[in-house]
Parts: sequence; C-alpha cells; structure tokens
Amino acid sequence: MNPHVDTEPFFLSFRLAAITTVVLFVFCVPLAWKLSQTRSGYKPLVEAFISMPLVLPPTVLGFYLLIFFSDRSIPGMFLKETLNIELVFSFEGILIASCIYSLPFMLQPLESGMEQVPAKLIEASYTLGKSKLQTLFHVILPNIKPSILTGLIITFAHTVGEFGVVLMVGGSIQGETRVASIAIYELVELLDYRTAHIYSLILIVFSLAVLMVVYVLNHRNRVTG
Amino acid sequence: MFLIIETGSQVEIMLVSSLKKKLAGAEGDFLLHTDVEIARGGITAIAGPSGSGKTTFLRMISGLTTPDEGLLEVDGEVWFRKEPGKKTVVNLKPQQRKAGVVFQGYALFPHMSVLGNMLYASRDMVLAEKLLHMTGLQQLKHVKPGNLSGGQKQRVALCRALMQQPQLLLLDEPLSALDEAMKSVLQDELINVNRELGVTILIVTHDSSEMYKLCDRVLLFDTGRIITDTSPRELFVERATTQKFAFKGEILEILAVDAVSIAVVAIGNNLVEVVIDSDEKETLKAGDIVIVGTKAFNPTVRKIAAKDFDFSRL
Repeated sequence: MNPHVDTEPFFLSFRLAAITTVVLFVFCVPLAWKLSQTRSGYKPLVEAFISMPLVLPPTVLGFYLLIFFSDRSIPGMFLKETLNIELVFSFEGILIASCIYSLPFMLQPLESGMEQVPAKLIEASYTLGKSKLQTLFHVILPNIKPSILTGLIITFAHTVGEFGVVLMVGGSIQGETRVASIAIYELVELLDYRTAHIYSLILIVFSLAVLMVVYVLNHRNRVTG
Repeated sequence: MFLIIETGSQVEIMLVSSLKKKLAGAEGDFLLHTDVEIARGGITAIAGPSGSGKTTFLRMISGLTTPDEGLLEVDGEVWFRKEPGKKTVVNLKPQQRKAGVVFQGYALFPHMSVLGNMLYASRDMVLAEKLLHMTGLQQLKHVKPGNLSGGQKQRVALCRALMQQPQLLLLDEPLSALDEAMKSVLQDELINVNRELGVTILIVTHDSSEMYKLCDRVLLFDTGRIITDTSPRELFVERATTQKFAFKGEILEILAVDAVSIAVVAIGNNLVEVVIDSDEKETLKAGDIVIVGTKAFNPTVRKIAAKDFDFSRL
C-alpha cells in the first residue's frame, strides 16, 4: 500500500493549537494576575478546579462536554435553536474542549511567574500612581517573559498532542476534527502502518523540538537571571 | 485670584492621630499606636529597634498597609479615617496619595532604563532632566538598573519618587547598604532635594550620624510607640553625654603593666589602649561593652549601664 501523506490533519492540529493558545493566553493573563494577588480562602478550590484536567482521564472531560454540547441538553438546545451553533463533531466544539483541557498548562506558568515578581515592584508601581491594570502590562508581564514563553509553547504542544477529548467531542471528520493524533489512530485501525509511521515521526520530531526550545529558554533564563 | 481657605495649620503637613495597627512581633503581638504632627518642609528621622513598627508606620502613610483605626491627614486632605468600632470612612488607595516612596532595596523596574523608570512615574521630561542633572545621572539615563552601583540605584529610586512631585517623601533605610563615602554624598543630595524642592521628608534610619546631619527631628519608636520625640542634638549630645567625647567599644584584653592596668578597646575598626585604675579594673573584663570617654584630663572607661542610651539599638 502506498503511503498517502496528507497535510490536512497537521494543518488542523496546528490551527487548533494556535487558536487555543491565543484564546487561553488572553483568558489566563487576568485570571493568573487575580489568583497571584489574592489570599482568599477560595483560591485553593479555584486552583484545584482549574487543574482537574491534569489528573482526569480526557474521556471523562470529553464525555461530559459531549453531553453538554448535544442538542438534547439545555445549553446545547439553546445554542442550536437561538444561535444556530452545533458544537458536537465540529471544529468549534473541539476548540472549546481543548481550551478547557489545556487551561492549566497556560495558567500555571503564568501564575507562578507572577507570584515570583517581588511584591515591592508591584507596590512601587502603585505608589507611583499606577492602577492594577497598568502595573500588569508595564511591570508584571515584561518581567515574566520566560514564564509567558513556557506557557505559550507548552499549551501549543499539549494541544497538538491531544487525543481523547478531541475524539470524544469531535470524532474524526475529515477537514473538521480529524487532527494528526486521530489520523494516526485511524491509520493504525486501517493497518496502514507506513503512513502511521510517517505521521508519528513528524509528531516525534515536532515534540522534541518544542521541548528543546523550552529547556533552552529555561536554562538561558537561569544563567542570566 | 485665589481664595485662601484656612484648613487647620498651614505649618504642619501631616497629622497622625491615634493611628493604630496590631502587629506580630518576635515577643508576641503588640499595638502600633502613633500620634504625631509633622511640620512642613522638615526632615524627620524615624528610628528604633527592628520590629518596632517603623516600616509599618511608613506603609500606613503610603497606603500599602491599612491601619486598624485612627486618622491620617496630609496637607489638609484626609487619607485615612476610621473610628473605633465603626466602618472605615476614608481610605485612599496608594495611587491617590501624593507620597513618594523610596523602598528598602530600591525596587527599581529591571526592564526599564534609568529614564524609563522615571518616566513611568510621570511623562514630565523637563522634570526628569532637572532631577537627572541634580543627581548627576545624565550619563546613565539609558542604562538598566542591573548595571548600576548601589549608590546610583539609590539616586534613581529617589529621582523616580520625586517625579510625581510629592509633598511627602518616605524613605525606608535608603542608605543602609552603602559605604560611608557614598552615604555622605547622598545625604547631601537629600538635603539639597529638601531645600530646593521643599519636600517634607520622613526617613527610617539606624545611623546616628545620619540623623544628626540630615534631620531636624527624631521620632524614636519602641514596640509600636513613639517613646522619644526630640531634636538629634538633644538626643545625642545633651542627653547622652556629659563627657567631652565618648565612644562605644568592646574590651578585648586587660593587660597589667607595672602598677597600672591597660585596657585594649576596639572602637569601630580602631584599637586603643586606655590606662585604667584599680577600681575600674575590678568592674571590667574582656568582652565587656564599654563607653570610653574623657572627663577633665583622664580618659575613663565604664561599662554601659541601663540608663545609657544605647545607640546600637537604633
């Protein structure tokens, strides 16, 4: 059997990962800032809730999202009837699923970076008349560049490596939800090992490169910091 | 035409009345309880042992720490007011208070240049140039704080705090990490800033010579209370010594030479030998902390007593 290497699953994977990364970055910066500044008793609860995707099987998350998105549930019905959006087996559906699933990978580096910014710098900014938002943009973010890079890269890479959630919520629809990891699964089912090898090798090289970049950045940060 | 409205005394810039905050100390909790009026345009030292509430006092003024109750009024404007058992009436945010703060350890923004740090406070380029000129930092204005010496960092922190043209400048041990020569230069600069810009300065310091040179008033804190409120001259010269001069030192050794004894005393980095008589010899031993002074002609050595004001506690 001749291998037919299709770039579409990779294109889909990278598109999903890129959008997920951007969405999560925008969402997590204010959330991490809020969490890093609060000493409220609710903080551990919020953190535990957000970190759940780290320990839950992806199928659990996928299962509930599937139920939640389906037009038999109230929110699913609402989306379909009023907004005409169907999330099950669609790119938008796996996008929302992967945003939830990858949330801790973006939030944790940002939050721990922000917690390490000396309190005095933040207080100095306040005494200079700057609001919390101005302090976030002009003092915090420029001082946690390594954490931001780590968050961006890890989130992107983790989304490329997603399988369970995408399969549960999106199935395997060509050009819509059949990302690289799912394409490999299908090729193995079809016993097309050669193409599966090619796809897998591409992902291995990609993962190795990404992790190398993260470690190089971390190392450089440690040396200069 | 200005309509001048009398808002209390124009001589005083800051009024602190029963400003209280419960603090956790090394020997249990204690209450920081301050009542003080600060005159406009002066330099006031805040001294006292560590953990006596000096830094918290400054933080309550700048708004970084919220007092439990009391009144804080600066330049006729109430910055904080809460009566016991009632809700807080006024509590301005640090951003709303016109106080410049120089932090211990400077707290410069590492990713901004000297000029960047200053312009972050205010976009006033004319003022920035003036302050850079006053402190001799023009050559360094594009350098990042990481490449500056301690004295230069201190100047930048001072300039940055002055960029908002505060009426009140709060400094928390600004010079403690610097060597003596640099201290002296920066003390002159602070005096200069005080005179030229008319800023009222409150400075936490442990250094008695600094208080003497810089300040017109010393507030001495101990476990949350201002126990002494006086001029440095009164505190150091008139009260502490009747002697012509007096140094604190440590006896390293007592040598017997013929009929007399000689005490070898370390005063700062110097070793001095002082002849002591037999009465003195009885009361002294190596390791004692003593005051070496002179009365009439003979140097005297005596152990520090409780009634002595212990400058090392500053």
